[in-house]
Amino acid sequence: MPTRTPMEVSIAVAKAVQQADVDVIAAYPITPQTHIVEHLSELVANGELQAHFMNVESEHSAISAMVGAAAAGASTFTATSSQGLALMHEILFIAASLRLPIVMVVANRALSGPISIWNDHSDIMAERDIGWIQVFCETGQEAYDAILHAFRVVRDPNVVLPMVVNIDGFNLTHVIEPIYLFEQEELGDYLPEHRQSLKLDIDHPITMGPVGIPEVYTEAKKQVEDALINSKQVILAAWQEFGRRFGRAYAPIETYRVEDAQILLMTMGVISRTAMGAVDRLRDAGKPVGLIRCRLWRPFPLPEFREAVRQASIIAVIDRHISLGAHSGPVGQEVRSALYTLPNRPQVFDFVLGLGGRDVTVHDFLEIVELAEQYATQGPPESEYTLIGLREV
Amino acid sequence: MAEKVEKRAIIGWRNLALGCAILEPGSSMHLLTGTWRLQRPVVDPEKCNQCGLCHIYCPDLAMTKTAAGTYEPDLNYCKGCGICAEECPKDAITLVEEKE
Repeated sequence: MPTRTPMEVSIAVAKAVQQADVDVIAAYPITPQTHIVEHLSELVANGELQAHFMNVESEHSAISAMVGAAAAGASTFTATSSQGLALMHEILFIAASLRLPIVMVVANRALSGPISIWNDHSDIMAERDIGWIQVFCETGQEAYDAILHAFRVVRDPNVVLPMVVNIDGFNLTHVIEPIYLFEQEELGDYLPEHRQSLKLDIDHPITMGPVGIPEVYTEAKKQVEDALINSKQVILAAWQEFGRRFGRAYAPIETYRVEDAQILLMTMGVISRTAMGAVDRLRDAGKPVGLIRCRLWRPFPLPEFREAVRQASIIAVIDRHISLGAHSGPVGQEVRSALYTLPNRPQVFDFVLGLGGRDVTVHDFLEIVELAEQYATQGPPESEYTLIGLREV
Repeated sequence: MAEKVEKRAIIGWRNLALGCAILEPGSSMHLLTGTWRLQRPVVDPEKCNQCGLCHIYCPDLAMTKTAAGTYEPDLNYCKGCGICAEECPKDAITLVEEKE
């Protein structure tokens, strides 16, 4: 029987990367991601991980090094946060369009300005369309498992795409949690060997990343889109197989106490725990409230999402990013457009909270449910989204 | 010949190599870039002294040597820029409007 080891989530993530037997790690320090690559550098220095550890001069260089290493057929890993992810921006699209199986942790942190090292989802929400598979984690165990899933998925010959594992900065990366760690032999062949069919090889020269003239650009984009959409089958299979072998099951949309729920909270990431506390309290008081949590963000699991909200009359969507100048947050926009074409759809209200590390409490979710009910019965608010916890004066 | 070449370069997304990679060298040869030319160079072989400057100056190496030793543009790739006509020391090349 495996035992749980208390450890910092960042360390567990590094151990999963070690177990995936990566070849190249490129790293540039940025809070709150630093502990992950710091621990990996120790593992490499101690000879516990046979990998090439590159100390690069910026995050732009880190992701560029990953692109180069992956193009040459290496299994690659990097991690970043906030400004670091923003600095990678232009290369992120290239990694996907070149079909390179890079795995990256984003320890989610607010984007400047003002300068904030604390947690929200503004970094990754600015990178929604990069063509990478993207998942959000709720617990340290899930973060550790998600790294193993990620390496299995990106190595699948039907996927060959990069993948982001989102782990909330500090609120998850720096939490010490009891975690089940695998012995390497327990993992067995769950993680396939890294083999790329197409790579830079001087004996079989090819050109990667040529100009896409107008006659080919659309088709090139379609190829990436098709691979990303179809990756869902591989992701689901990887989760099912993980559940079958190790007893921990994962789904693209997780549900909590949704039986006969009229009101659904929808969250992503670590605050889902807190939301569950609110759901428990409301259920105890007899209110039909449940929670859905979006784990798979890209590709967006449209049928699973629609199925999960089929019987609800109100969805209170939680956004941890403020989409300046838009009518609602990115998750709110996603949910509304996912439901728009359905003949009978629940009312959707969008709430933005927990920006730049502002604490998210059970009370916040109680207030959100109350407001959502009020909007449903007395008419929607003036703004298409509600900023929770805003001080006016 | 031209049509066959075109088909090899412009293909549907299902036939693109992974990540839009190019698997064979020299593939740009299959992409006909002379389709939007407005003017076409016409060489007068009587005036041509076979110096080859047009071939050297042509940005697309479209001026090619004929069996007779003079030069003719390969209209699959000539974009009608007129550099050859400008540089020809014998004024043997004139630009003619492309019509229909």
